[in-house]
Amino acid sequence: MELKDFIANFAEQFDETDVNEFKPETVFHDLEEYSSLVALSIIAMINEEYDVTLKGDDMSAAVTIEDLFNIVKSKM
Amino acid sequence: MAFLEVKNVRIAGMSAGVPKRVINNMEQFNDFSKDYDAAAFVEQTGVLERRVDNIPTSDLCVPAAVQLMNDLGWEKAEVDAVLFVSQNTDYILPATACIIQERLGLSKECYAMDIAMGCSGWVYGLSAALSLMQGGTIKKALLMCGDGKRRSQYDGPLFGFAGTVTALVYDKGCSSIKFHLGTDGGSYDAIIIPDGGARNQVTPKSFELEEFDGKMVHRLESRMKGMDVFAFGISTVPKSVKQLSEHFGIDYQDADYYVFHQANMKMNNMIMKKLKLPQEKVPSCMYYFGNTSSASIPLTIVTQLGDKCQGHKRFLCCGFGVGLSWGTVVFETDNLVLSKLVEVEEDKNTKWV
Repeated sequence: MELKDFIANFAEQFDETDVNEFKPETVFHDLEEYSSLVALSIIAMINEEYDVTLKGDDMSAAVTIEDLFNIVKSKM
Repeated sequence: MAFLEVKNVRIAGMSAGVPKRVINNMEQFNDFSKDYDAAAFVEQTGVLERRVDNIPTSDLCVPAAVQLMNDLGWEKAEVDAVLFVSQNTDYILPATACIIQERLGLSKECYAMDIAMGCSGWVYGLSAALSLMQGGTIKKALLMCGDGKRRSQYDGPLFGFAGTVTALVYDKGCSSIKFHLGTDGGSYDAIIIPDGGARNQVTPKSFELEEFDGKMVHRLESRMKGMDVFAFGISTVPKSVKQLSEHFGIDYQDADYYVFHQANMKMNNMIMKKLKLPQEKVPSCMYYFGNTSSASIPLTIVTQLGDKCQGHKRFLCCGFGVGLSWGTVVFETDNLVLSKLVEVEEDKNTKWV
């Protein structure tokens, strides 16, 4: 599991946000397009791509995209 | 492991009652929560319209039951049992099923019981009713499932009201009905109404609004950890379907129709994709009725398969949600009787206590 691929998969769940905005240190909760519905898409993507089932608390605990990557990695 | 196989009972018919009043999500709830966007909500959840009115669950079930008994040619006196599955009963006590016995004019020699289950309730109710009937002394039973008017003010764009009836009949030699049932009470607060039960009694504080998941809610209305429930649904449902198939040595790909609890389109599409099911075999009614709790499986069958159940059909259905609780069932039908949808208006005349 590569961080670069995870970020690409993460970015795919957004429609309007510029792809260059997605970096390891991006605070994704602050992205204008981020919403509870986008969060569901991210949970679905992680379940499908990495076979990891995240909870709402995991999404809240992660500040940056890299944090979320590390949470997913720890559950694999 | 909770596997169950029941023989000698079959599903004879289904009916559904919904409020006549239609709410359109594009026209309502513009300020439901701080990041709420009606168009995005409709697109992603797949819920455009819902039926909501000042009508309790039992008032949706009773006319649907009258219609179904009429369509099946059943006499009132023949019905030996009524099971009422709901999280919104008429009263805290007595059981609503008891009141329904009288309202439908059924015999006093009638088994009547409420079951407090939500989105998995149709599958659980079915497992209970069938188990009761397999001995052959209870020959005809009505299983009522749904949620109508809530115990307190309800306001939200996902849920619609419906009450359904499933008619069950003892029929020696018919094909068996197979279940897988599961529970995760560790997530009991994933969907919860915190006050009003015995643990947290109703006090004036119960009516105070507090923020939960970006929305202002009081403690007598249902609150949901949406992400947790979503993650639960997309991971547990495909597993349960596969467990049932493996246990009974059947190929789940053989069914004619797959009817899932209508949670929301995003979740249901993900489940369909994970199980590699063709869309034309997975009917859905959430666009017109929203998430209707334990009514959603029979409501989908009644409204979407009304003219498609002639002859022999194989079904796989799964209900999942509050509890957390889930149940998958496989059954076969022959010329399943599906009543026309019953649209109900508020009854302002009957005097109730």
